[in-house]
Amino acid sequence: MEDLYREVIIDRYKNPQYRGHLDPHDIRFEDDNPLCGDHIEVTLRMDGDDRVVAAAFDGKGCAISQASADLLMESVVGKSLEDVKGLSKQDVLDLLGIELGPVRLKCALLSLKVLKAGAYGLGEASDDLVE
Amino acid sequence: MPSTFDINKIRLEFPALNREVHPGIPLIYLDSTATAQKPGVVIDAMDAFYRNNNANIHRGVHTLAEESTALYEGARENVARFVNAASTKEIIFTRNTTEAINLVAFSWGRANLKPGDTVILTEMEHHSNLVPWHMLAAERDIRLEFIPVTDDGLLDMDEYRTLLGRTPKLVAFTQMSNVLGTINPAGEIITMAHAAGAVTLVDAAQSVPHLPVDVQALDADFLAFSAHKMVGPTGIGVLYGKAALLEAMPPFLGGGDMIKTVHLRSFAPNALPHKFEAGTPAIAEAVGFGAAIDYLNRIGMEAIAAYEHEIIAYALDRLEEVPGVKVFGPPADKRGGVAAFTLDGIHPHDVAQILDRDGIAVRAGHHCAQPLHEKFGIQATTRASFYLYNSLDEVDRLVEGIYKVKEIFG
Repeated sequence: MEDLYREVIIDRYKNPQYRGHLDPHDIRFEDDNPLCGDHIEVTLRMDGDDRVVAAAFDGKGCAISQASADLLMESVVGKSLEDVKGLSKQDVLDLLGIELGPVRLKCALLSLKVLKAGAYGLGEASDDLVE
Repeated sequence: MPSTFDINKIRLEFPALNREVHPGIPLIYLDSTATAQKPGVVIDAMDAFYRNNNANIHRGVHTLAEESTALYEGARENVARFVNAASTKEIIFTRNTTEAINLVAFSWGRANLKPGDTVILTEMEHHSNLVPWHMLAAERDIRLEFIPVTDDGLLDMDEYRTLLGRTPKLVAFTQMSNVLGTINPAGEIITMAHAAGAVTLVDAAQSVPHLPVDVQALDADFLAFSAHKMVGPTGIGVLYGKAALLEAMPPFLGGGDMIKTVHLRSFAPNALPHKFEAGTPAIAEAVGFGAAIDYLNRIGMEAIAAYEHEIIAYALDRLEEVPGVKVFGPPADKRGGVAAFTLDGIHPHDVAQILDRDGIAVRAGHHCAQPLHEKFGIQATTRASFYLYNSLDEVDRLVEGIYKVKEIFG
């Protein structure tokens, strides 16, 4: 609990390094958290080998959702599309380095859900993506 | 303050208020607008029912069935007296406020609203008094109009007067906003609606728990509320309706208990109020609801309203002195015990999470009133809400907690 607002989370929230919108981009997806209205858009630029060469997120929301998006974007640069599709809930929790209850988990995983829906080229994001 | 109001004694009567949230950190419960805590007498009444009386109601002739029926119908009498209904026939038990409003939309709405008819709502409605009308509008092309909310969180009564020129069939509005805390002039809204020939529905989910409400004095046609917001159990609520309206309405859900006779190809509905209560109802919850009303009556709704007014006036003063805090809604004299606020640059989820460290339970989000948040151009708010068991000291703790949030976010 005391770690929930670790320095890295507050720092990433206030000074995000991957906030923005890539134009042009190869992959784009956006979604909301209906619980609180948090919104995340992810844009990715890929190279000829289907590797992520640039990643950015945009949106609004709480520190947990925005910091996790920023950390997640950092982690996917250089990854193959297959590796992105294989990212799990635990990967995000490892990036954040905290434990979360069920409500805040949705905040933390919104960016992963958006990222994977984009990576899979889905029409709609599903919670199954972040189980 | 009335001498009957002993805050320390009241707090002892609510078991949950005496727990710790984290080791050594007591609970400061500021989320009663979502649901109220329950006094021991309510919990005990439901426990005793299951231990002693439990039987299905209305059909049995054995002793337990008779006892259960008497307890269930006794709760209905209690509710009728509490809101001064003319008859117990006018008290329909539902699952909650939401179901009560859906009942009106489904039954009265489908029987009375035709394509092109106008329904007036307000911009400060909870989703429960929006979506049932959206659904009906999609089905039969009725027109929804909204009384605007002014910048200081009040209904624009001039605009309402103009809207009434469209001869609406229904005016459905909240008596007290669950976000702004605004206490709307329900009597005036209803009088004006009736003069324009409209039927009225009052969403009283936030008002009945906190103020004396008299359905006959208001001349309300329909009025809906939930037990769980008034120190009673979840799973039971009330639709009050004038008998003449309810008599003329088709049934809502079909099944047991709502029928007089059933044949293979037909049925005849039961008399009021049973016509609208299909299937086995929430019997133990009705018993708990009755005990909740006894509890509130013992303290007195006038006293509760006066005490809450004192708390909200103090809370608004204290919150407004915190730099970066913006409280939405009207001044204390026009609101109940609700304060929804934003804190500059800090998301309400983060505010609520950090406050929880100090045992302070507030709510963060749009509080099922998304259009209202859109109106004020905000995504979400943090909401502190107060009830008869909250103390001024807890307001101070809230303010201290907000300063801590600011410190963490620097």
